[in-house]
Amino acid sequence: MPPSVIETENLRKVYRDVVAVDSLTLSVEQGEVFGFLGPNGAGKTTTVKMLLGLVRPSGGRASLLGYKPGEPRAMAQVGFLPEHFHYHPWLTANDFLDFHGRLYGIPDSERRQRIPTLLERVGLGGRGGSRLSEFSKGMTQRIGLAQALLSQPAVVFLDEPTSGLDPLGRRQVRDLIRDLRSEGVTVFLNSHLLSEVESTCDRVAIMRRGRVVGLGTIDELTGMQLEVDVRASGLNDDLRVALAAFGRITFSKGDRLTIQAGDESVLPGIAAVLVNGGAQLYSLTPRRLSLEDLFVRLVEGDTA
Amino acid sequence: MSVFTVARLTFLEARRRRLLQLVLVMGIAFVALFAVGYYLIHSQGRFAMVGERLEVSNILLLMGLYAANFLGVVLAVVMSVDVIAGDIGSGAMQTLVTKPLLRWQVVVGKWLGLSVLLSVIMTLVSAALVLVAWIISGYLPDHLPQGIALMVLAQLLVLTVSIFGGTFLNTLANGIFVFMLYGLVFIGGWIEQIAAFAGNQAATNLGILISFILPSEAIWRRASYLIQPTFLRQLNAGPFVTVSTPSPATVVYSVIYVGVVLALAVIVFQRRDL
Repeated sequence: MPPSVIETENLRKVYRDVVAVDSLTLSVEQGEVFGFLGPNGAGKTTTVKMLLGLVRPSGGRASLLGYKPGEPRAMAQVGFLPEHFHYHPWLTANDFLDFHGRLYGIPDSERRQRIPTLLERVGLGGRGGSRLSEFSKGMTQRIGLAQALLSQPAVVFLDEPTSGLDPLGRRQVRDLIRDLRSEGVTVFLNSHLLSEVESTCDRVAIMRRGRVVGLGTIDELTGMQLEVDVRASGLNDDLRVALAAFGRITFSKGDRLTIQAGDESVLPGIAAVLVNGGAQLYSLTPRRLSLEDLFVRLVEGDTA
Repeated sequence: MSVFTVARLTFLEARRRRLLQLVLVMGIAFVALFAVGYYLIHSQGRFAMVGERLEVSNILLLMGLYAANFLGVVLAVVMSVDVIAGDIGSGAMQTLVTKPLLRWQVVVGKWLGLSVLLSVIMTLVSAALVLVAWIISGYLPDHLPQGIALMVLAQLLVLTVSIFGGTFLNTLANGIFVFMLYGLVFIGGWIEQIAAFAGNQAATNLGILISFILPSEAIWRRASYLIQPTFLRQLNAGPFVTVSTPSPATVVYSVIYVGVVLALAVIVFQRRDL
């Protein structure tokens, strides 16, 4: 197994008396598109800032490409699009990319060649001479994206990349993330847009108040929590009590009921209880949660 | 390498923001006004003795240089006050420091870019004033290179403090911090002069003590002392005659001061969350 691109161990950040990130342990492998989900204020941006050396952790450990976060050797292979990206408005798009290209140590000839291509790639072809002050919010986001891809990085951190983009722009960003994956680039995507994460990410961590409350592939996460629809005649209270052992019964009316169960392994057990209890079982349908249902459930906390 | 890239950007930005063009136009206007005034006084003034003409030349030139020094200090503050604080506030700093460079290179790069820019402006303006005086009246002050170098040093002192303030204050607070500090040592300088003139040692010492906080005014007074011809200094008249002259040790102190404050700026900036 190749070494992890991003690794954290009990990473922690406390601002005065607010715990922004609480003992975060995770690893992201090379070539993965990793989604970092959570409501606003869950600690997503703070985590990214710690991974990039912008913020000092209060405790724990983090490494990026095997180096300490912020170390130039790591940062040479990293691209970053900050949340609410903003840069000096008086610079032209070319000035801006040229300056950051120099900081990456990209040679002159290479920069001259790469910058127009990049502008094209993010949908700003031919706008190199425009000042950043003339750019709309969406265009600013795009130039920020171009900056993040400038060094042909091995890892790209995107913090809410589609904020400020219209539906077309969002789709372009999604396609871009897919392209990066096919090029073998590791992507760390901070987002609260579930559809975006669902359609692009290999693996997802869900944050709530600084803690990871769910981690895995989307299939794993949504498969962990099944809803089982039962249709059977002869349901009585004894049976309902017996079924409640498999999970909370969220719906019950006539010959239908819904159980919030764990994974698939509960299904034969439910069938056995029903059949042995004298009910006539017509259907037993496991239903996966959508990522959104799961997100809401994890983030709000189960009130059961 | 990265230091020079960041320094280079400071130039580019000054050009893109049209700061350089503005400074050039205003600088020319300033020198032109000085030239007209200087010419009129010399062509139409009545001077009884040669010494009197020389004294007027000296006072006029020092007045011009004093104004240039003051404007240079203001320019140093205005151009640097948001250079770190502003980038942190706008979020641009996050994009900058996540490049393969170290944080000290950002601070030193910005400092270097502005230092070169401000030094060139100060040298050009002072040299232009001296040239005007020389062409019109044939008057050339003493110790010219040292004098101009000291004026540049005074500017760098204020610049460095402003860069330092920007690492922990927001733009507005930093502007207030630097100008208040400058005002403080300005008053301190006059306390020292007037107390020395009145022969009060305690107040003189107080003034000297204040100038340690930011030695920019003391450096200007040493510059004006050096520039004036020796015999005019001994006449002991006029607003630019320094009664209590800062010693060469002040220059050494100032150079160390710039180094230490710049190092502090780097340390504070390295430790802070962005």
